[in-house]
Amino acid sequence: MPGPREVVPFTVNGDAVAPAVSPHTTLLEALREDLSLTGSKQGCDKGDCGACTVLLDGVPVLACLTLAVEVRGRRVTTIEGLAKGPKLDPIQEAFDACGALQCGFCQSGMMVSARALLDRNPRPSRREIEEALSGNLCRCTGYTKILEAVQVASGQCRPGEGALLTGLDPGAPPPSLASGGGEGSQGPGDPREEPLFPARAGGRGEGGTRAGGVAESDR
Amino acid sequence: MLPLPPFTYHAPATLPEALSLLSEHGMDALPMAGGTDLLVNLKHRLYDARHVVGLRGLPELRGIREEPDGAVVLGALTPIAELTRNPLVRSRLPSLAAAAGAIAGPQLREMGTLGGNLCLDTRCVYVNQSRFWRQALGGCLKKDGTTCHVVPGGRNCVAAASCDTAPVLATLGARVNLASVAGEREVTVAALYVADGIRNHVRRPDELLVSVRVPPLPAGLVAGFAKLRMREAIDFPALSIAVALLAPGGRVERVAVTVGALAARPHAVAGLERFRGRIWGRDVADEIGALTRRQCHPLANINVDPEWRREVLAVHVRRAFAAAGALPAG
Ligand SMILES: Cc1cc2nc3c(=O)[nH]c(=O)nc-3n(C[C@H](O)[C@H](O)[C@H](O)COP(=O)(O)OP(=O)(O)OC[C@H]3O[C@@H](n4cnc5c(N)ncnc54)[C@H](O)[C@@H]3O)c2cc1C
Ligand code: SF4
Ligand code: FES
Ligand code: FES
Repeated sequence: MPGPREVVPFTVNGDAVAPAVSPHTTLLEALREDLSLTGSKQGCDKGDCGACTVLLDGVPVLACLTLAVEVRGRRVTTIEGLAKGPKLDPIQEAFDACGALQCGFCQSGMMVSARALLDRNPRPSRREIEEALSGNLCRCTGYTKILEAVQVASGQCRPGEGALLTGLDPGAPPPSLASGGGEGSQGPGDPREEPLFPARAGGRGEGGTRAGGVAESDR
Repeated sequence: MLPLPPFTYHAPATLPEALSLLSEHGMDALPMAGGTDLLVNLKHRLYDARHVVGLRGLPELRGIREEPDGAVVLGALTPIAELTRNPLVRSRLPSLAAAAGAIAGPQLREMGTLGGNLCLDTRCVYVNQSRFWRQALGGCLKKDGTTCHVVPGGRNCVAAASCDTAPVLATLGARVNLASVAGEREVTVAALYVADGIRNHVRRPDELLVSVRVPPLPAGLVAGFAKLRMREAIDFPALSIAVALLAPGGRVERVAVTVGALAARPHAVAGLERFRGRIWGRDVADEIGALTRRQCHPLANINVDPEWRREVLAVHVRRAFAAAGALPAG
């Protein structure tokens, strides 16, 4: 027997809400169907595309793979929560100014992921931006302008200058892959980034292992 | 739209409470940590269970700590993203941090957990599909059918173990702690898996994975990870390779290689003792690559050409050694 509907209180974009949901209702369904917040998109509905990205207590997560009952008492931010009244978020301004969209379906997820990045890192490098948006798929392949929009939103360049600013280096993998970890890498990268692992670990550790990993795209 | 099937959701607050729920409902209950694998599979109607036991509230499954003997103990609920950020993991277990950083994309790394990764269901291009899609083929051994589309005539499901942390933890000799109402037991990560894609681990349905213990590692051990996937993010592994090497004074004392994303069980390359005493270098690494290639046979269970995956096996063994710092990069 499916469990009965229950009232689940949480906050969305600062407002207290309490939809009555079934145990098998996803957060995405609750937002879109119960709360009429249709800005978060339902793309694949199975974790592949990032169109449903929302912030849960400030952390980007996929609403299509989150149960509504599990956000009880937590803080959800959706694309609708980025603008403050009539004033758009700088990320929204920048996406507009850069024309960083084609069909627009991926945009809310992209902008929410970008907001999470700028909240923890106000001046991200090109590779940190690529890394932060790597779970958001754009089927129209507008990535160049999307990456530039985040550079514009973080005050690092003006619309049209993104590629010039850091140089488009398609060979350079995003930081998580270069080292397999978070930021930092063994490959060429932003010199401000602290390397995760030494480029060549020596043989004398004091217990524990050395070194790290690579992904296919590394070479 | 992929709606979830109806189920009853339980949110136990303690480990004993969770274990008694699992014991009470048996096969009718599924534990859920991050849900990034379980919910997709439920949406695809791969499971018939009617109870989901949420693990997020269990304090016993949290935390990362170092034991006095130097072992590192990782709670099952440790988020994958935390494995890439945690200073202890980054400094002591860099190949684990590397594997974690190569899992899925940023949102899924925040949501997914280490325990869920180790207990990840196997994957196959013929089964990780909607029920509608699968029905068109008449199902398969793993779900609703009687044949295997990967190995026609085969009697075993060979869906791929696709958890990226398992090969790394196997090469480091890690153990998992499994608990049930009957008590606790320890199993090495290498022995956690069996060659059956329908259920590829020895965890009983009434058991929970509580923690992972990486034993104190010998000074000088180096370890690395390399992954093949079609895109740099989101994709599951087409090959997942972990190596560990101990070569004091440049002479091989111990070497381990484990390969994931082949069939249901990560493959520990056998016969590596023969390299003991050899002077470590590119030639030895290449011989290990060739041995790995001989033993590993990628299958058409993943949507990436198996013949090509086999050809690049040795390349990835070399890259994993390079990532370990045991070979020059490139
Ligand atoms: C688009 C996409 C890409 C992905 N890419 C990768 C990838 O590249 N590499 C990779 O390894 N994984 C990948 N994953 C799978 C998954 O996100 C990760 O493996 C994640 O770590 C699983 O953890 P979880 O907590 O979400 O697991 P859950 O979905 O909660 O659980 C997974 C399984 O483990 C069981 N389980 C969970 N916790 C426990 C426990 N403590 N004790 C006993 N059983 C337990 C559940 O019952 C379930 O059967 C991907 C997933 C998606 C959707
Ligand atoms: S390996 Fe064969 S039996 Fe297993 S899931 Fe794939 S097609 Fe089905
Ligand atoms: S709709 Fe959630 S990831 Fe695609
Ligand atoms: S603009 Fe169409 S999917 Fe990104």
